[in-house]
Amino acid sequence: MEKVGAVMVIGAGIGGSQASLDLADSGYKVYLIESSTSIGGVMAQLDKTFPTNDCAMCIVSPKLVETGRHQNIDLSINCKILDVSGEAGNFNIKVLKKTLYINPEKCTGCGVCGQECPVEAIDIFNEGLAKYAATSVKYPQAVPLVYAINKDYCIGCGICQGVCKAKAVEYDREDEEVDINVGAIILAPGFDEYIPPEANLYGYGKYKNVVTSIEFERILSASGPYAGRVLRPSDGDIPEKLAFLQCIGSRDYTGNGQPYCSSVCCMYTAKEAVIAHEHMHQIKPTIFSMDVRAYGKDFDKYIIRAQEEYGVQYIRSRISSIKEVPETKDLRIKYETEDGKVMEEDFNMVVLAVGLNPPNDNVFLAEKFGIELNEFGFAKTDKFNPVQTSRSGIYACGAFSSPKDIPDTVTQASAAAGCVNQLLYEKRGTLITEKTLPPEIYVNGQPPRIGVFICHCGINIGGYVDVPDVTKYATTLPNVVMADRNLYTCSADTQTIIKDKVKEFHLNRVIVASCTPRTHEPLFQETIREAGLNRYLFQMANIRDQCSWVHMNEPEKATEKAKDLVRMAVNKAREIEPIERIKLPVTPKALVVGGGISGMVAALNFASQEFETFLVEKQEELGGFARHIYHTLEGGDVQEFLTDLIKKVQSNKFIHAYTDAEIENIDGYIGNFKSSVIHGKKKERTEFEHGVVIVATGAKEYHPKEYLYGNNGNVILQSEFEEMLNNDKATNKKSVVMIQCVGSRNDEHPYCSKMCCAEAIKNALLAKEKNPDLEITVLFRDIRTYGFKEKYYREAREKGVIFLQYDEDNPPEVIPEDSRLRIEVSTPRKEKIYINSDLLVLSAGIYANREENEDLAKMLKVPLNDDNFFLEAHVKLRPVDFATEGVFVAGLAHCPKTIEDSIAQANAAVSRACTILSKDEIEAEGKTAMVIPERCTGCGMCVENCAYSAIELIDDRRFGRVAQINQALCKGCGACSGNCRCAAIDVLGFSGEQIFAMITGRC
Amino acid sequence: MTLQTKQEEKINEEWEPKIIAFLCNWCSYAGADLAGVSRIQYPPTIRVVRVPCSGRVNPYFIIKSLMDGWDGVVVSGCHPGDCHYLTGNLVARRRFAILKELLEFFGIEPGRVNFMWASAAEGERFATLIKKATKIVKNLGPNKKFEKKW
Repeated sequence: MEKVGAVMVIGAGIGGSQASLDLADSGYKVYLIESSTSIGGVMAQLDKTFPTNDCAMCIVSPKLVETGRHQNIDLSINCKILDVSGEAGNFNIKVLKKTLYINPEKCTGCGVCGQECPVEAIDIFNEGLAKYAATSVKYPQAVPLVYAINKDYCIGCGICQGVCKAKAVEYDREDEEVDINVGAIILAPGFDEYIPPEANLYGYGKYKNVVTSIEFERILSASGPYAGRVLRPSDGDIPEKLAFLQCIGSRDYTGNGQPYCSSVCCMYTAKEAVIAHEHMHQIKPTIFSMDVRAYGKDFDKYIIRAQEEYGVQYIRSRISSIKEVPETKDLRIKYETEDGKVMEEDFNMVVLAVGLNPPNDNVFLAEKFGIELNEFGFAKTDKFNPVQTSRSGIYACGAFSSPKDIPDTVTQASAAAGCVNQLLYEKRGTLITEKTLPPEIYVNGQPPRIGVFICHCGINIGGYVDVPDVTKYATTLPNVVMADRNLYTCSADTQTIIKDKVKEFHLNRVIVASCTPRTHEPLFQETIREAGLNRYLFQMANIRDQCSWVHMNEPEKATEKAKDLVRMAVNKAREIEPIERIKLPVTPKALVVGGGISGMVAALNFASQEFETFLVEKQEELGGFARHIYHTLEGGDVQEFLTDLIKKVQSNKFIHAYTDAEIENIDGYIGNFKSSVIHGKKKERTEFEHGVVIVATGAKEYHPKEYLYGNNGNVILQSEFEEMLNNDKATNKKSVVMIQCVGSRNDEHPYCSKMCCAEAIKNALLAKEKNPDLEITVLFRDIRTYGFKEKYYREAREKGVIFLQYDEDNPPEVIPEDSRLRIEVSTPRKEKIYINSDLLVLSAGIYANREENEDLAKMLKVPLNDDNFFLEAHVKLRPVDFATEGVFVAGLAHCPKTIEDSIAQANAAVSRACTILSKDEIEAEGKTAMVIPERCTGCGMCVENCAYSAIELIDDRRFGRVAQINQALCKGCGACSGNCRCAAIDVLGFSGEQIFAMITGRC
Repeated sequence: MTLQTKQEEKINEEWEPKIIAFLCNWCSYAGADLAGVSRIQYPPTIRVVRVPCSGRVNPYFIIKSLMDGWDGVVVSGCHPGDCHYLTGNLVARRRFAILKELLEFFGIEPGRVNFMWASAAEGERFATLIKKATKIVKNLGPNKKFEKKW
């Protein structure tokens, strides 16, 4: 069957959106199918995100807008999958598009129907804590901003039909069935949170002041039910004593919850506690937890900050009971402390940190798509490729395959897109539409002819601002040749009107006075571009979000302000000029630095798409860190996988692998890098050009100084123990002690190395299998077997492995005794325990290659974090990108992680890189800075201030030493211009002249 | 109280200052939009100029605004550490620390020019800050230091 250059993505949360954007930007047609009525998923419900406390809505909403308007993403909401047939490369899917009773093409999202609707329905988005009308959007920033009528509540009164000026309400609109033909499918349906059953131990549903963490997230949110104030539901009081209970429905073997660890709760609880305290300082949060599993990048630092800066108190205990105090509605919690005392304490409010379940329709999805589920009901994936489902051509990403956080979801989404690239690369560009635009009208040097379009926005503006008066005023302004007002300036018919007026009046500047340019500027820019004007000959006056909506009680003053804003826009419009977008050619080749698993997976992915790839490895052999790993905890044979990978890399004609090699220099920018490598015994020098760089330089194992390592032959590392076990050299031992967190989570290296707990348990299980009588004791601080790894932790305990906790301030002591070792541990109950052991195994942490990373970081102009790992562009939404475009990161170079995660990240980096490599040339935003050389004194202040190293001082033939801007690197922030004492730098689109025009000339 | 002062008082009560606000595109402008979406009301005193980053704001823009008779100036960017352009707001902060001293030296009342931070999530905070800035400028009265050009 012939392959199809289209992809279907199921689920439009952050994962589905990211996968869709990657693929649509790489030349595939994407059908994005969402079952609810808007996109964004759970992330859009969150208030803040860990570990940066970044606002969730602010960072996710641009991604959603981009998804919503991408010309090669066909977004369908309110859908159901009916049938799937075909095979990898060519699938046929039957989809049911359920009606919203509102025509999405006509609806402008003005919200009048919602305001007028007389019946209230429960709003899903605020988790049942606030009430909204039967016609509703899920939330004000929803994409697509289209209202839907909830027929369960609608009484058919017809008011909404009457008030809708856009005539979008269609009561008789019917469901629609469509057939879609695609080459691959990505499943990203997300998860459903665990909801405590009716009769639960925690009083959820019975006591008003017990809420789940996702409900609490809405309470924290500024757009939530209490507008961001932290109040308890029973009486609206501030819950000064706030308790969080961890592991609700997770790590639960009683049958009420799930046996696995939900991976994210420890961190989101810490975040909620921190934000609650930040919103209202009188709140003192207490967290009841088992292990604190802060295993991700910079997670441990966040936990420490929560305790030290925000006064969050951690109590290591699973509570025994919770009762409401009837008079106060407080909650009395009974728990046992670590040293064995039973305590009773009252809290004003309790938050249950609920776990992540597979989506409720998991079985339905598995049956429809013909994929297998694992024992916990999540999508079963390959041991080494965590996005490959049991069926070829169908991939899974995000929480559908295991509970995970946002960056891991985004990484997997890109990884799934990376795998689709491998499958369908020949069909890239076959089904996408490219716009044909008329040539641009030449306007330079002509007097401005300005057209002003003022929007009523239904009643949103027109109800408060006297729009006819503002329109009349606009016509009186110099250079304005026409002013018009429209009911909805953004509607499809007004776009035609704008284009006609441009022609009729020979307009060369267009102004729209309506809502915010942040959401609507691209739409109008596209319109005037279609009319033949350069898209930068456009200005917007924000008379809704920043005028009519915020001065609803002062219509006269609002009208006066609207006039001022229109005049300021006209003043600026007079000064604006066309801006060329910069086009950069792309060299369709890749450089991968590092020949470990991540580097090789990335190189092979590029090569399978026929992109020439240069793979540079500093060692004499390929393989990296994984050469010392035999198996994964889940039983994957690492050595077999690695051997196969090396063979494939060495035999691939698109890969040039350089071993014993060192990068000498990397020059250039996105699409156009030039590098040189010194390689081999003879130190040969090779130069090549490439369009992208992937940094996969890996990391190293810590060489401990503590616990007699290196001085006593009975003290070895976990990796050495693994080698012993796999070569049957440990059979004579009677007792083994393992110490966790050696060189991790201390002052010098304040992060968790993530894989040591799993490694220790893996080796303990293998040792027990080889010799069931062997005594194994694991000394730990927190056991961090997140996700399904929890299963192996339990198995180890069942097989008799002893786990003993020690405190950071009281580490175990090792005393050599003849041929054995005596190990002393102080337990939390203040008892001293002595263990005699044949062998001490240290779980040594993972360290960054500091010097190497620093050198490479300088060459690539990318940052490192405090621990010398590479720092990505955005910890949540751009986990494999760098702020420097065209450079990506994968594997241990980014932070400690497992082999599966490294492979996912490598494929993700390839997918991100393909959005560049799949194009012949790329367009960069034209609003960059420019130097006026005759004014420049070459002082170099701008060079100092530029965060992107886009400015350098050159010796000009005519002007001497002056600044020069590399337009490809410039982001147009204007820090250089703001600081220039000679006014020698200007920013296109925000020039000094334009801003002065807005400030002055109040005619 | 004489008739004149009574009249003056009445004018002062009704008088609303005109404040020009330079808002960075990524945080404060978005925060102002959010105040709108959330329908949080604040006095109609500000006129917004959108700039890519608070780092774009040249001190001369501020001086020029005062020279042109604006009663007050507000510059608002992302919170320190959150800049979309990595360090633009830090550059701005350093620059304005110096400008503030210069303006005082000129004899401009300190409250006329306000620097603030508001993130894209802080609609409420944005409105509060504008209310505060309006109150301060209103108490200072019209900007008489420079002759109005209109």
